[in-house]
Amino acid sequence: MGEFEVHRVRFFALVPAGVRCLACLPRAARLALARTDGAVEVYNFSANYFQEKVIPGHEARSVEALCWAAGERLFGAGLSGEIIEYDLAGLRVSRCVDGGGGPIWSMAANSSGTQLAIGCEDGSVKLFQVVPGGIQFERNLDRRKGRILCLSWHPSDTHIAAGSIDVLRVLDVCSGQTVKRIMVNYHVQKVKRECIVWSIAFLSNGTVVTSDSFGRVQFWDWEQGTLQESHTVSTSAALSLAVSEKEDSIIVGTSSGATYQFQLLPVKMGSLEKRWVRTKPFQHHTHDVRAVAHSSTALISGGLDAQLVIRPLMEKMQKKGYDAVLRKFTFPHRRLVSCARKARLLLFQFSQHLELWRLGSTEETGKDGQVLPLCRMPEHLLQLKSKGPEHIYCSCVSPCGSWVAYSTASRFHLYQVQYEGNSISVKKVPKVPKLLLPAYQLQFSTNSDSLFVASARGSVHVLQLLEPGGCKHLHTFRPPSGSPEAVYLLASSADGHWLAAVGGDWTIHIYNLKCFKHHCTVPMYSCAVTALAIHPVTNNLVIAYSDQQLFEFSIPEKQYTAWSRMVQNCGLHKVWLERDSPITHITFNPKKPSHILLHDVYMFCVIDKSLPLPDNSALLMNQSTLKQLPETARHRQLHAFKICKKFQPLLFADLLDENCLVMVERPVLDFKTQLPLPIQQKKFGT
Amino acid sequence: VSDQKPLGCWSVKHGQIITCPVVCNFETHEYIAVHDDKVLRIWKNKDINLDKVFKATLSADVYRIHSLPNGGPVVLFKGGGVRTLDVLLEAPQQEIENIVSDEVIKWSQAFMEGQQPVLIFATEKDGDFFVYVQKVKMNSLHKYKLEQQESKPMNFTAYIKNQFITLLCLYSNDAVYKALIPLQQNAEEEEQILSKSLLLNLSVSGSVLKGTSFVVLDKDHIAVLGNLATSGEESKECLTIWNTKFQTLQTSKELPLGTSGQLWCYEEKFFFTHGKVLTVIIYKCETSSLAAAVGKLKDSRAPDVSTFVNWDTLGEAELAASFQSQQSVPLKSEPKMTLRSRRNAVTKVQQDTLSVGQLLLNLKDASTTVFEDELRQLMSKAQMPDIQATIGCVMTAITDRCKANPKYYPQSFLVQIVQTRDLSYSLCPDLMVVALEKKDVHLLQICLQRFPDIPEEITYACLELFLSLSEAYLQSTDVNLESVICYIDVEFNNKEVKSEIVENGFNAELEKDSCETKITKETHLTAAGELCPVGPQKAALLNAVLQSAYSETFLLPHLKNLPAQQAVLFLRYLHYLHVKCSEKINTTLPGIRAPTVNQIMDWMCLLIDAHFTVMVMLPEAKGLLSNLHRFVRAQVRFYSELNKIEGSLRELQRLNHQKDIQTYSIEVLELI
Repeated sequence: MGEFEVHRVRFFALVPAGVRCLACLPRAARLALARTDGAVEVYNFSANYFQEKVIPGHEARSVEALCWAAGERLFGAGLSGEIIEYDLAGLRVSRCVDGGGGPIWSMAANSSGTQLAIGCEDGSVKLFQVVPGGIQFERNLDRRKGRILCLSWHPSDTHIAAGSIDVLRVLDVCSGQTVKRIMVNYHVQKVKRECIVWSIAFLSNGTVVTSDSFGRVQFWDWEQGTLQESHTVSTSAALSLAVSEKEDSIIVGTSSGATYQFQLLPVKMGSLEKRWVRTKPFQHHTHDVRAVAHSSTALISGGLDAQLVIRPLMEKMQKKGYDAVLRKFTFPHRRLVSCARKARLLLFQFSQHLELWRLGSTEETGKDGQVLPLCRMPEHLLQLKSKGPEHIYCSCVSPCGSWVAYSTASRFHLYQVQYEGNSISVKKVPKVPKLLLPAYQLQFSTNSDSLFVASARGSVHVLQLLEPGGCKHLHTFRPPSGSPEAVYLLASSADGHWLAAVGGDWTIHIYNLKCFKHHCTVPMYSCAVTALAIHPVTNNLVIAYSDQQLFEFSIPEKQYTAWSRMVQNCGLHKVWLERDSPITHITFNPKKPSHILLHDVYMFCVIDKSLPLPDNSALLMNQSTLKQLPETARHRQLHAFKICKKFQPLLFADLLDENCLVMVERPVLDFKTQLPLPIQQKKFGT
Repeated sequence: VSDQKPLGCWSVKHGQIITCPVVCNFETHEYIAVHDDKVLRIWKNKDINLDKVFKATLSADVYRIHSLPNGGPVVLFKGGGVRTLDVLLEAPQQEIENIVSDEVIKWSQAFMEGQQPVLIFATEKDGDFFVYVQKVKMNSLHKYKLEQQESKPMNFTAYIKNQFITLLCLYSNDAVYKALIPLQQNAEEEEQILSKSLLLNLSVSGSVLKGTSFVVLDKDHIAVLGNLATSGEESKECLTIWNTKFQTLQTSKELPLGTSGQLWCYEEKFFFTHGKVLTVIIYKCETSSLAAAVGKLKDSRAPDVSTFVNWDTLGEAELAASFQSQQSVPLKSEPKMTLRSRRNAVTKVQQDTLSVGQLLLNLKDASTTVFEDELRQLMSKAQMPDIQATIGCVMTAITDRCKANPKYYPQSFLVQIVQTRDLSYSLCPDLMVVALEKKDVHLLQICLQRFPDIPEEITYACLELFLSLSEAYLQSTDVNLESVICYIDVEFNNKEVKSEIVENGFNAELEKDSCETKITKETHLTAAGELCPVGPQKAALLNAVLQSAYSETFLLPHLKNLPAQQAVLFLRYLHYLHVKCSEKINTTLPGIRAPTVNQIMDWMCLLIDAHFTVMVMLPEAKGLLSNLHRFVRAQVRFYSELNKIEGSLRELQRLNHQKDIQTYSIEVLELI
């Protein structure tokens, strides 16, 4: 098929933020996650754990606790002292209410989702009523000294257990009084260190479970005030715990990166007496596990090493499938890199700045696997710092390399970059049109004369770029039936005729750019779109879904292509469907119209539509086998999927020209060294 | 229980006495107590004053109340009548029948069988013991008389399984007996005799456990609380777990503060009072296995005992003849075998009809030569089924004969059998004893090398024998030296070298000098442990001991009996081996069947453990110990340095690995 010159880029110094808290939506397959930089993400379990929504963070708005309440409303609270409600359709903060008790360390919703309790720095527990259109302060419960680090409602909503330093309290919700105060250090004499209760859970039988800085998981009878069981799981702190809905299993996260499962098991076969037993230890993280969650089928943990680990419980699995695989997510399910093909530039998006790099070059050629000598080194051209506390939502560089655009929650910026010999000048475009913000995706047209801005309520703005350094709002596309959801992916055709846009409701709308009209809607498919692109020659829209299905839709004919139907009839290879990370980018080779280039975090793949599809008995990843075969014997083994797993973890891949690829990798070890040191663990011989 | 604080406390009025243990009704979470034999009190957790709670006065004296998990409480009266609490509370003054007349209830226990409660209780009258089984709902009652015996039952416990009640009785003669009582019995027979069988004798190596109470843990284990009395010593109170299948004491725990003599067990936990506190001990019974019972479960030190015959181990001149004939067996055995069987056709037929045991019985009084011939023939039938058992019988026959006739000792025959057959100690337990008596070190060496299951006692006996024998005696014996030949530097070799030098014409002065240096050097060397302190024969024998399997707990008591001089000699030899091992970088001794460094270390530790005080006192051990210490310390330093280097190297490798990854490169990728 051919040789490529691959620019292997490892200088994208992205450090994903650590996971701070997790919240499972009860009885629904959604998980909310907050990172240490204040970003909030929503993963959809039914869409193959796709990172469906991302609300970028804010410098002054850390999130210490997340909870779902009143159906599917998501609330967060943090050290800023505010309770924040998130707008999941518009992917932004919808409103903030001051808690009135200083920094908020913990928040919990009652079982019916009508009330929120917050634990504050000043030692108070405050109740808020969840009302349509916001929350209302209800009252204060008994205030004692010591910050409230964790909270848990009794399932009957009558009592709240609150963990503090050296002590846990049980509060009566009706009277607001502290009805029990338990010193967690009572049993450890002569210990001068304070014992921080990091996490607490209130079980329906009146047992209060705590995890503390001594590495203990303790079970208390709150009415008697007695310690029922104590398990020391770690020499360092036990930071987080979560209980399954049936209250028969607990997951505990520790600062050594290990997580443990406790299960309520009969002491003997058939015995009625049950006891909590530490059953399974896991070591998926290298750093503190600050957040854990327990879904009905999986143990979920998030660590300061930025990893989200979903560890299915095999005993709850009916069959082998997507749900039965261990998943680890470290990188976002969206692109943070954009590429100017013609100018050979890369734009890297960080939380609060952008970096523009020019790729190096070589004059040599070589054989497979060879590293070519460089005649020009890559060059860091530009760093653009975003002003203000808001984090960047999206960014893009134009194919010619002379335009750079980005957006934050409240502002949109467009820059013109001029290259004169070795010097670069950046000019901010003044008076950008007032648009409905934030923008979730930016896309320049292939000839770099217009910019498409994906926005809230399904709308897409078209801006015309003018020389020298100006722009004009041309049109705004809206879905004909309207939509509350924001558009998160865009694709434009090379001939400047078509634009495809996907919103949070997963419908794909196609607009005609020549006459500014809605052209058609791609038939609805029940899964999230992870990437899409329009073929430069045929104007076929290629769509990748989070369940790893691939579709090809002919825009001019408004129907799926014959190849797409054939793929659906034959089915994709089993190994392909079992992959666990979504396709994040699709591109094409204009010189070879039958090729589709796509990638996820662990592989780069070229699909050659002219070749037969592999059936399940064939080897999907057959490149190394093929290389060992003589040329004559190869053609019988060929199939459409040409997969390369050499570059991992792959954040971005694109085709620069016919035989030239760029691959942006971010080795996990590289960013691990930039994380704060984990708890030192003695390794033998060091 | 570390955090003992009462969750509730109730008391009766002054003058009233609580007459039976308070129970909790699990279904209603009520407590039930009886005071003054007849007055029933029922209360809940939140009640504070016992005087104000529910009260019922009964018409008869209560012996005990049993609370069952899902059957409600059952009340047993002193007259043997049984009522469920519900029935009783309907009419507290109802008449209660007297079943046991003037027998006195000693013990009772209740179970759930299916949906109905079953009550079992034991009574005594004039030294006779009776057992009653009462099904409360069916109103059926069976009476059994316990088989009489001189000693008396002191305590009972029972459990229900497969429609049978298993009753265990602890007797005053320190034994536990077991009796089975069927539950399904229709015929209302009068007073059956209950026969019992001995389950377990509560004695272990001379000490006897005077049990006071006991519980059943699982089908093979019971726990007994009692006084362990060793003759001549003060008795100690102990909690013990016994394996009834193998009649062994599994574990014991001393309770120096004394107990009330009562032991309860719920959900894999023991509860008993120890001194003034309630003690809870969690226990775990593993599936009973012979290995666990004899404490060899974890012993993985057993050397690889070859399952085939190692012909190379033979080859001593004396055995040459038998060696050849044996060697021919596997190579070209067929014709010879058939020949022999043809020749012995008659005898063979005869033998086939006779069992091996019978044959051996017949041979008992035969003359020595006939005896051996017959045995040889018997052994030659290689295809015989259960050949191992047969050989075991043969060996027993020979050893019996040896014991009966002190002059009879067929050494070469025994060696031949041991070398060619896969024997084990348990197949012929007397063989090594006889060999020890006869001081047959050659046979003992082979046994030590081949038997996987020699008891520690015998291993120790061998060690002691080997150490006590003089070098002169050993030189005359025929010991396999293959394990020492490669590393030992025997003294006479040195002497030979010296004499050679003299012969080569050195003058007297020089010789004198060299003699002096030799003396000083030799003493020095001995001090450093570089010259072997024992002769090669003794060394080979000791090596055999070092390589046999043992478990420390059982060996240590025996090892303590080793005379001090021998212990020092043995330690000196071990030190010598240790030094020899350390000379090689891979810390192994050259040669076949040489002991490994781990075996040497283990024995050294054991020996020092066993003779610690003696070693400290003995002046001649002082130098040895300090040498040993210096050597070990040097080695520890050396290894810790190595450790450091390894750490640094690993770190380097990690750094190197990281360096490989460049931040940017242009590579060629071919996709096919």
